[in-house]
Amino acid sequence: MDPKRVKVRRKARLSWLQVVIHILGWLPLAWIIVDFLTANLTINPIQEVTQRLGRSAAYFLIASLACTPLNTLFGWREMLKRRRALGLYAFLYASLHALMFIGVDYGFSLNVLNEVLLTKPYALMGMTAFLILVPLAITSFKWFMKKMGRGWTSLHRLVYLAAVVDVAHYAWAKKGNLLTLSGDILKPLILGLLLILLLVLRIPVVRKWISGLRQRFKARGRPSPAR
Amino acid sequence: MDNKLKHVAVPSSEITSESAYFSRRDWLKTMGIASAATLLAACAPRGTGIGSGTTVSPTPGIPIPDSAPGGVSDELGDPANRFEEITNYNNYYEFTTDKEGVARLSEGFQTSPWSVEVGGLVHNPKTYAVEDLLRFEQKERVYRLRCVEAWSMVIPWQGFELGDLLQEVEPMSSAEYVAFTTLYDPGQYPGQSGPFYPWPYTEGLRLDEAYHRLTLVATGLYGQPLPNQNGAPLRLVVPWKYGFKSIKAIVKIELTEQRPETLWNTIAPGEYGFYSNVNPGVDHPRWSQASERRIGELNRRATLMFNGYSEEVASLYTGMDLSVDY
Repeated sequence: MDPKRVKVRRKARLSWLQVVIHILGWLPLAWIIVDFLTANLTINPIQEVTQRLGRSAAYFLIASLACTPLNTLFGWREMLKRRRALGLYAFLYASLHALMFIGVDYGFSLNVLNEVLLTKPYALMGMTAFLILVPLAITSFKWFMKKMGRGWTSLHRLVYLAAVVDVAHYAWAKKGNLLTLSGDILKPLILGLLLILLLVLRIPVVRKWISGLRQRFKARGRPSPAR
Repeated sequence: MDNKLKHVAVPSSEITSESAYFSRRDWLKTMGIASAATLLAACAPRGTGIGSGTTVSPTPGIPIPDSAPGGVSDELGDPANRFEEITNYNNYYEFTTDKEGVARLSEGFQTSPWSVEVGGLVHNPKTYAVEDLLRFEQKERVYRLRCVEAWSMVIPWQGFELGDLLQEVEPMSSAEYVAFTTLYDPGQYPGQSGPFYPWPYTEGLRLDEAYHRLTLVATGLYGQPLPNQNGAPLRLVVPWKYGFKSIKAIVKIELTEQRPETLWNTIAPGEYGFYSNVNPGVDHPRWSQASERRIGELNRRATLMFNGYSEEVASLYTGMDLSVDY
C-alpha cells in the first residue's frame, strides 16, 4: 500500500457513519438501563430485557450482513469497513441475551436449564447461533485476520449459518408456525425475508449481474462529451 | 389467620368459599374500623373512650383494608397480583401481540350492548343480554392463571359458574362439548385484519369440564367490572388449563356432539392440545412447562399439576393418558 495513503488514513477522524454506528450500538443497552431506572420495563422485566437484547442482537447481525450487498448495489465501500463493528455489537447483545436467559431467568439452575437447553428447539438454536458467534468475535481482530489468511474468510462465512439459525430461533420462541405462516410470526418473517434477500445478493451470479447493471447505469448517467 | 379461601380445596359438593372470602373481608373491615376507633380513642381526651358511651364515627380518609396489598390471596396463601399487573399484561391478539399495548388499544372497545347466543344441542336456546347474566349467583374466586408462555398470576375474579347457565338452557343428551366464540369485528379488533390467524377466536371444553364448579364465566375482577383488556364484558376462566383456553369477549356458546375446533389447536395441533391442562410433566415442544415465573417474583417456581387444582379436577381425566390427550 502506498505509504502516503496510510499516513492520511491515520490522521482521519471518525467518519459520520462510524459515529452513527457506535451511537446505535449502545442505544439499546442505554435504553434498557434508563427504563430500568425509571421502572419502565413492563411488569415482567426479566422477559422484557431478555427479548429486547435478543432482538438487538438479531438486528445488528442482519445489519452486519447488509454491508456487502450495500457495496454491491450502491458502491458504498465504507460499509465494508463497518462490518466488524456491527458484528461485534451483535455479539455483545447475543452475550447479554444468553447471560440474561441462563443467569437471571433461570438463575444458573442447571437441572432446570438442562431440560430447556437440550430439548427445546428455540433454546437449542439460540445456543447454537451464539456458540457460532464466539469464535468469530474472538478472531475479529486484525492480528487473527492476517495470521489466518484464507482460513479467516472461510471461518467467518459461518456468520451466514449463525444468522439463519438466529432467525429460526426467533421464530421458534414465538407462538406460531413460520412454515404454515400462522400465529405470531410477523417479525421473524420480516427478518427472515430480509436475510434471504441479503444472502441471495451474495450469490456470485447475482452479484456479477448487479455490478454489471451498475456499471452500465453509471456509464449512461455520465454526461456525454457532445453536450 | 387460618381463614384461607377454602373454596378450591373443598370437593365438588360445596365450593362456596365466597362466604369465607366475604367473612374474611368483613373481618378485615371490622378490624380496620376497630383499630381506627382505638386510635381515635387514644387521641381523645381521657374519659371519652369507647366505654364512656361516646360514639366514634368512621372518619373519612381511613382506608378500608379490603383493597390493601396482600389483602387477597389464593388458597395456597399466595397474594393476588396487583390490579395494575393484571390489567397491563394481556395476551389478546385481537388487539395486538404486544401484551403492554392491549390496555391502550382496548380503551374504546364497545361492550354495551352485548349479547351472548347460547344454542346448539340444547332444549332452551336463548340469547342473553349481558345484564341478564347477572341474575346467576355471583361468586368471587381467587384463581391462579398459568399462561402457556410460562408466566402466571393470581387473579380475584367475580362471575358465575358456567354450569348455572348450562343448566338453564338444558343440554340435550347428545351434547358432548361446549364451543365458545369471541366477537368477530375487525373494525374494533385491529389484529383481526391480519392474515396469520383463523379468526374469530374459538375455544372448547368437554361438557363435564364445562359443568365443573371451578369453571367460571367472569364478569369482573377486583370487585370492578371486567376491564376491556381482560376480556370484557364476559370471559371464560378455567383455572386448571393454560390461559389461552379462557376465551375472552364471548358472543356465542354452542353445545355440540363433535369436539369443536379451537384456534390455537388449529394453528399448531402438535403444541396446543384440545385439553391443554396445565401439566409440568407433559413436554411442550416449544417451551418448558416444568417451571413458571409468577409475575412480580424474581425466581421461577415449579409448575403444579393442573395448576394446583388436582384435588378438584384430576377425577375428570381418570383413565386418560394425558401425554396423548395433552
